[in-house]
Amino acid sequence: MQFSEQWLREYTNPAIDTEALSHLLTMAGLEVEGLESVGAEFTKVVIAEIISAEKHPDADRLQLLKVNIGAAEPLQIVCGASNARVGIKAPCALVGAVLPGFEIKQAKVRGVESFGMMCSEKELGLASESAGILELSLDAPIGQDIREFMGLNDKLFTLKLTPNRSDCLSLVGIAREVAALTGASLALPNAEAVKVTINDSKVVSVVDKEACAIYSGRLVQGVNAQANTPTWMVRRLERSGLHSISAIVDITNYVLLELGQPMHAFDAAKLSGDINVRWASQGEEIALLNQQSVKLDKDMLVIADHSGAIAFAGVMGGASTAVSDSTQDIFLESAFFTPDTIAGKGRRFGISTDSSYRFERGVDFSRTQQALERATALVVEICGGQAGPVTLVDGTLPVRVPTKLRMEKLNSILGITLEESLVAKLFDQLGFAYDLKAGVFDVSPPSYRFDIAREEDLIEEVARLYGYDNIPAVAPVADLRMLPDSEGRPARHVFQEALVANDYQEVVTYSFVDESWERDLLANANPIKIKNPIASNLSVMRSSIWGGLLDVLVYNLNRQQTRVRLFEIGATYHHAANSTYAETTSISGLAYGDALPEQWGEVARSVDFYDVKADVDNLTFGRATYVAAEHPALHPGQSAKVILDGKAIGWIGKLHPKWQQHYQLPKGVMLFELDFSALQQRTVPAYSEVSKFPPIRRDMAILVDEQVSAGELLNAMNVAKLDFVTEIGLFDVYRGKGIGENQKSLAFFVLMQDSQKSLVDADADKVMAGLLSIVMQQFGAQLR
Amino acid sequence: MQNTSLESLIAEAERDFAACANINDLELAKAKYLGKSGALTEAMKGLGKLSNEERPAAGAAINVVKQAVEASLKTRRDAILLAEQEKQLAGESLDVTLPARGQAKGGLHPVSLTLARVESLFNSIGFDVAEGPEIESDFYNFTALNIPDNHPARAMHDTFYVDAADGSLDYVLRTHTSPVQVHYMQDAIKNKSDMPLKIIAPGRVYRVDSDATHSPMFHQVEGLWVDENISFANLKGVVQDFLQRFFERDDLQVRFRPSFFPFTEPSAEMDMSWNGGWLEIGGCGMVHPEVFKHVGIDAEKYRGFAFGLGIERLTMLRYGVKDLRHFFNNDLRFLQQFGR
Repeated sequence: MQFSEQWLREYTNPAIDTEALSHLLTMAGLEVEGLESVGAEFTKVVIAEIISAEKHPDADRLQLLKVNIGAAEPLQIVCGASNARVGIKAPCALVGAVLPGFEIKQAKVRGVESFGMMCSEKELGLASESAGILELSLDAPIGQDIREFMGLNDKLFTLKLTPNRSDCLSLVGIAREVAALTGASLALPNAEAVKVTINDSKVVSVVDKEACAIYSGRLVQGVNAQANTPTWMVRRLERSGLHSISAIVDITNYVLLELGQPMHAFDAAKLSGDINVRWASQGEEIALLNQQSVKLDKDMLVIADHSGAIAFAGVMGGASTAVSDSTQDIFLESAFFTPDTIAGKGRRFGISTDSSYRFERGVDFSRTQQALERATALVVEICGGQAGPVTLVDGTLPVRVPTKLRMEKLNSILGITLEESLVAKLFDQLGFAYDLKAGVFDVSPPSYRFDIAREEDLIEEVARLYGYDNIPAVAPVADLRMLPDSEGRPARHVFQEALVANDYQEVVTYSFVDESWERDLLANANPIKIKNPIASNLSVMRSSIWGGLLDVLVYNLNRQQTRVRLFEIGATYHHAANSTYAETTSISGLAYGDALPEQWGEVARSVDFYDVKADVDNLTFGRATYVAAEHPALHPGQSAKVILDGKAIGWIGKLHPKWQQHYQLPKGVMLFELDFSALQQRTVPAYSEVSKFPPIRRDMAILVDEQVSAGELLNAMNVAKLDFVTEIGLFDVYRGKGIGENQKSLAFFVLMQDSQKSLVDADADKVMAGLLSIVMQQFGAQLR
Repeated sequence: MQNTSLESLIAEAERDFAACANINDLELAKAKYLGKSGALTEAMKGLGKLSNEERPAAGAAINVVKQAVEASLKTRRDAILLAEQEKQLAGESLDVTLPARGQAKGGLHPVSLTLARVESLFNSIGFDVAEGPEIESDFYNFTALNIPDNHPARAMHDTFYVDAADGSLDYVLRTHTSPVQVHYMQDAIKNKSDMPLKIIAPGRVYRVDSDATHSPMFHQVEGLWVDENISFANLKGVVQDFLQRFFERDDLQVRFRPSFFPFTEPSAEMDMSWNGGWLEIGGCGMVHPEVFKHVGIDAEKYRGFAFGLGIERLTMLRYGVKDLRHFFNNDLRFLQQFGR
């Protein structure tokens, strides 16, 4: 809601300056989001009449003007504007005037003295372009300061109104609020009934008298539709952000701004038969004023005549009955539609108008007639014409149920102690009628308030007027109880820090991704789609974070990074049963480039599967196992499912070379992604006695076929749980000289220890023989 | 052998030892005096030829010399060893200013830094952390929060809708973290949890908006405290305390302005003093009775406050980041500024 301060002050004029008024409104919940001057600042510019104009003796394009500024002697001014001519009035900047960007000095122009400057709109900062000096109306008073004449000492307020405050969508409403907040008196515009001079009228019927609780209208005949809208009205409309269109349309808009009542004018000659306010039939078509043709739904109200729908009620008029320059008779409408009737209806077609915006929030139903009279008066005054009698169809008006406010509840919600008398005074200021009995106010909300229906609404009103600033900030008093802290369920930051320690940079990527990522990398033919994506490449919900990480990789490689290590923890999204959706928190990582940062004393090598496996081991507290498996995004020979507690919790591997090529990546990319909730489980440490006896180490090298999995082999030895074995580790893998084709040598160390005695060679021999027998039998291994 | 010649061995040995540059030479020089056929060994052998009367004095004299020679040897050996060690140490000295080797360290996203601080500060007064789904039903995102269909407040939330196979618009990308309140209160009632309910709910939220100051995805943190006697004054107290602690500025002012949210009443916008002006930092209010009704909490007995803060906004102010888009471009040159 944008408006002129001067207009507001015509209705209520509190003794506070513009800044204070702005602060007052903001702190009362009517946030001033814009406050600007009308045009630029300038001084000493007055209205002048050109009384003579002669050619400059030394310049073809210049004239010597004599202008009357109301002083004893005319001023001599050199002027280059081609429209400067005798008889017109224009702004004249006097010597000493300060205009936007420059100052006017007495000067010689091509040898002739000039005592000022005739001004264009551009020179006064009123327009960005202008042709020639600004021609003023012939009745403009000579010598008057142009700022005063044009009302330039005005400020434009822009309010960011919340949906509950429809009562402030008009100048009268804002004035009422300002008066309530400041105690200043309120002088509302003239509301006298216009004299009826003709008998013609329209028959109106209303089908649903609840949806359309008031319909009133009247004919005005013999209007001059081409009359000029008066300057003062154009100025007020413009300062509320509305362009002048034609006198009749301007008048309806003006009444809307002044009183908050949407108005509509039909060209009466284009109406056929009686007016009927009814529900649209499903699919009923109407061509609207904005050139849009829409098919209405049956829960939409229309104004109709014999030809069909002629207006989308409360939203927009129809094109077929629009007023035009040739209009002679009009039918003026002022109606009240309930918020529910209008809410959301225009939005189905992407239409929101000043009218629907107000109706869906609530329009003061006590001013429907006043608005009609006001509009009629303005039409007759500006366009002439004869007003007919008002046709009024009354329906069921919204009920304003008295609402209780208990002082006790008020004070306990706000956390302060207010006196009854103060609360009573605040209601008086607001103009709310009330009864007060035994600490309980019974408040009847006024017709212009649609947001007062329960106790909390009144509490908010009291708090608002009392001033939120006056409510102290108080620390709550509460029982001190500690929060649970599960050692077996490490918090998110533990995993974040672990990856940070391993040189991964955390990123945050969009949850919506390019559909091709889902299709290509994840073979997901049915991703969750967004109906109204912000861009076509952000149209589906991710089922994996990898796409986002690869995107960040490419972004940074394009910015000359050569080593990129990223991780993200976030939701991934999946279809679930019964057309619902499920979310998994995933932890996802990417490593690209050298394993270590470039440094002295180390030979550079690219990061590989086993480097990233160490990072995944770290995240799983060393409890994960890995099973070779294929994934659409990954290299078939370098990818594995990550298994934890017998359950697959994610993937690790190298990006498939075809995607590497697709994304034009010079080097291989290592990726992992795990179900985060599965990671958040850790065994709480449990003590076992430390042996006093020395450990024994034995090594064993065996030959196995190439396809034997080292992990399975190690696992087989471990699950046998042979006596004394405390640890078995792989320390060498060898292929080549001395080893057969398709074979490899694996070397293990075995640590043994007993808690009761020192082990002897015989004990160790027995263990080693046992282990060898396991690997021979299960994996066909040979001792090397 | 005469004593004089014996005594002269001391000086002679010292000279020989001094001439030795290393331990090997010194061992060779030692043999000349103390070896199997060394001068002193020979002298000891000569004692047998002396009479019983002469022998003790002569023996004692040899021993004196022998001890002196051994002392001289030790001194020299120590000196040589010390010199050799020093030489070795000198050879092993490093340029300690060369850079360290090994893995570098990554860093957290600045939004994570803020979330961690927010959680830690609210934890310190007993707030638990709750989470909820990001693909949210229309009911939880709107209806349960007292935003019915067609309510103009829905237009304030430029909502992303999930494109369901059946064409329904029942699911949205949550436009705020407030639905977590509803889930949490419902669960608390179901589990008969003790009051008070005190949670913060951080997470991603979505709005159809993208320009220099709006991102279609951003982070909020919701706060909720429900108890029998919690008040608007307490809401102001907690929010002010948080902002002062978060920005580590005791002089930071917080201003509450009347506003409107369908799920709180009274409602307020929170402004924070910043560089001489006021900055909008979030919305808050007392939980609306309709919300309590939806979750089955007695609004006559209990009341609560709720607030929502923009995480990116807090992060930008805290670290001086000027452009929201940095957070989602993930340029390493930006992110690495926040490494710790």
